[in-house]
Amino acid sequence: MRNSQRSQKIAFSLLFSATLLIVVPVGLIIVLIIQKGIPAIDWQFLTDIPRKGMREGGIFPAIVGTLYLVAGAIVFSLPIGLLAAIYLSEYAKDNALNRIIKLAIVNLAGVPSVVYGLFGLAMFVVFFKFGASILSGSLTLGIMILPIIITASREALESVPYSFREVSLSLGASKWQTIRHIVLPNAIPGILTGTILGIGRAAGETAPILFTVAAFYLPKLPKSIFDQAMALPYHLYVISTQVPNVDEKIRYGTALVLLVLVLFMNLIAIVIRYQFRKRKKW
Amino acid sequence: MRKFKEFIIEKLILLCGLASIFFVALIFLFLLKEGIALFKYVGIGEFLFGKKWYPISEPPQLGILPLILGSIMVTLGAAVISIPIGIACAVYIAEVAPSKFKEALKAGIELLAAIPSVVLGFIGMVTLVPWIKQVFNIPTGLTALSGSIMLAFMAMPTIVSIAEDAFYSVPKTYKEGALALGATHWQTIYKVLIPASSSGILAAVMLGIGRVIGETMAVMMITGNAAVIPKTLMQPVRTLTATIAAEMGEAVVGSEHYFALFAVGIVLFVISFFINVVADLFLHQKKV
Amino acid sequence: MVKISVKNLNIWFDSTQALKDVSLDIYANEILSIIGPANSGKTTFLRTLNRLNELERQFRMEGAVDYDGVDIHSLDTQILRKKTGMVFALPLPLPLSIFDNVAYGSRMHGIKDKKILLEIVEKALKEAYLWDEVKDRLSTSAFKLSGGQQQRLCIARTLAVGPEVILFDEPCSGLDPISTAKVEQAMILLKETYTIVLVTNNVKQAARVGTRTAFFLSGEMVEIDKTERIFTAPADDRTNDYIEGKFG
Repeated sequence: MRNSQRSQKIAFSLLFSATLLIVVPVGLIIVLIIQKGIPAIDWQFLTDIPRKGMREGGIFPAIVGTLYLVAGAIVFSLPIGLLAAIYLSEYAKDNALNRIIKLAIVNLAGVPSVVYGLFGLAMFVVFFKFGASILSGSLTLGIMILPIIITASREALESVPYSFREVSLSLGASKWQTIRHIVLPNAIPGILTGTILGIGRAAGETAPILFTVAAFYLPKLPKSIFDQAMALPYHLYVISTQVPNVDEKIRYGTALVLLVLVLFMNLIAIVIRYQFRKRKKW
Repeated sequence: MRKFKEFIIEKLILLCGLASIFFVALIFLFLLKEGIALFKYVGIGEFLFGKKWYPISEPPQLGILPLILGSIMVTLGAAVISIPIGIACAVYIAEVAPSKFKEALKAGIELLAAIPSVVLGFIGMVTLVPWIKQVFNIPTGLTALSGSIMLAFMAMPTIVSIAEDAFYSVPKTYKEGALALGATHWQTIYKVLIPASSSGILAAVMLGIGRVIGETMAVMMITGNAAVIPKTLMQPVRTLTATIAAEMGEAVVGSEHYFALFAVGIVLFVISFFINVVADLFLHQKKV
Repeated sequence: MVKISVKNLNIWFDSTQALKDVSLDIYANEILSIIGPANSGKTTFLRTLNRLNELERQFRMEGAVDYDGVDIHSLDTQILRKKTGMVFALPLPLPLSIFDNVAYGSRMHGIKDKKILLEIVEKALKEAYLWDEVKDRLSTSAFKLSGGQQQRLCIARTLAVGPEVILFDEPCSGLDPISTAKVEQAMILLKETYTIVLVTNNVKQAARVGTRTAFFLSGEMVEIDKTERIFTAPADDRTNDYIEGKFG
């Protein structure tokens, strides 16, 4: 008995160390980026164009480019994703088609990001002749985040009690009225959470935009959706690996801005989820 | 009128419901459309098992064996590191951690999942790479080992969260039964809990590996990208994903090189498709 | 006058048969109580009348249900459900304000005029004996009400749609005796205007309010008769045993 107690103690401390091995580096990475990135952040860095071969100046076009891309991706994928989630949660029957759809979503989520880049290049840039443009990049990112939006929205819809639907139908409301007036309003926090996580993902991805939109160096703002644009993650890649002798401060600063953007999205999602749980009425 | 409107909306819902299937098919078709042309120039065997990847020599040599081996090496390294640690962490979070601490740990893991891969690649470049170079006293730290460590780290959120779900789905009665028989908590974990959730753990491992194989930016930034058949973990390697990311920018649309990169994309798509389908089978087996 | 006529009704969920060859008529302006132990098919029967069963994936039915002489499957579901309101076992307010709960059905049927809605809501709440308790806080959440108030709100919500038949599915199972008495009182008065089908596992409740009573057991209807008769001289021994509490 004493022996098994001791082996439990050893086992648990090993499990604990394994956990630390993951969590501590996460903390260190974030502290490191904040510590070394903060000195780079000032008004000029955030609002100026890159200068002197990206070794000085700011990252404004990259910030704007990323915002455009993310907005485009959401405009494309939120309606489709939401309707798809409604289909799965409210209409789908328990049959083979439903299984195939779920499998397709899983696969869509598993396709490597660089393969999305290839796909975007072949379909939007070359086949539809959109060229390397915000449009091509947004559509590529939009398809990539579709599974995130579908999965989160579906969970949100399914968490609305079944009895609400029955009540609404028993009062003579149609199925769509029930969805529109009862199910959707009560699922909004979850849908929002999924959307925001999708935004965070789209903002941070590099590989899908490599050949579909990202400009190496374009010191002006895009004027239409058919223009190329700089983007934060690609810019970080470029100044880290492609341009020699960039001040470390600028690299860390860019990483910090990107990280803050992405984590801020996640933070909003967490806050919404928390608020929702607290206020849940049933 | 309202009936008609609702009819249209419901058709639209059905259409969007099918969108995922449509997009998966579309991705595959477009990869195929651009990739298949390669095989006019190069045989499938020569492409998959050719030992030389010199895409811009004249004539180009387009054998992806070095890239496949590069991916395998980095992936295996990452698997060896991430599977035990990831599962251990999942066990700790699901079973051992006090509940307040648990939430903090989960948040930390979610945070890791949220960090963009290019940021992790950058951090790997400035921290891990010089460290490896120094510790092992080798000419460059841009090696398969650096890639493996970084990728192991990046696979953690997937492995931990799916394995954790698998533990939660084991009926409480199993655990209570074992504890009632006088087993310690730890004995219960490794004799009852882990076997009972084995298919979920397997799915977690597979999806973690899927994440590793598909990872692009961080790998490209820290593995050195030498397209040679790797012999040890201490040398630079080039993965399938990094090859596409690094070279597509320069490949001329319609050239053999361009086709070959799409063919690499097909290989990646097929691997990820296979992994996801099998993992899904494991996850569904659990529910029966 | 026969309001609803059920002939040879058989219902299956997957491979389990929930109702076996049930035939009965429901008359206008009566309270028909349906009693029986758990899993006797009472609720399934009730949910057949407004076709709510058909939402279940493995549902299958044989036989006919006629509403005013018309097969319910040839009626538009929404119109059928508008005519046959339902009050569920637990108070199930929608996550809306008191006013919006009561007005919900009417809004779904296309009434938008605020004044008309207000009239409908007031009338329905008065009919359900809730108006005086809530008239000053119509815009607060329905979840703020007590259990008994919530159930009367649900009755009002059902009435507001303007049904002809009201289906009560064990409406007092979650309520204390005082709230129960209020709901029963409402039911008896509603009988004047509506046809009521009351499923209950409270035998005494059936005795108190029912015009007629039907006894269901294991998916079969054992017997149906005037309430006094069921409670004084039932034709079947099983009815007698159930009423006397020998099983349940």
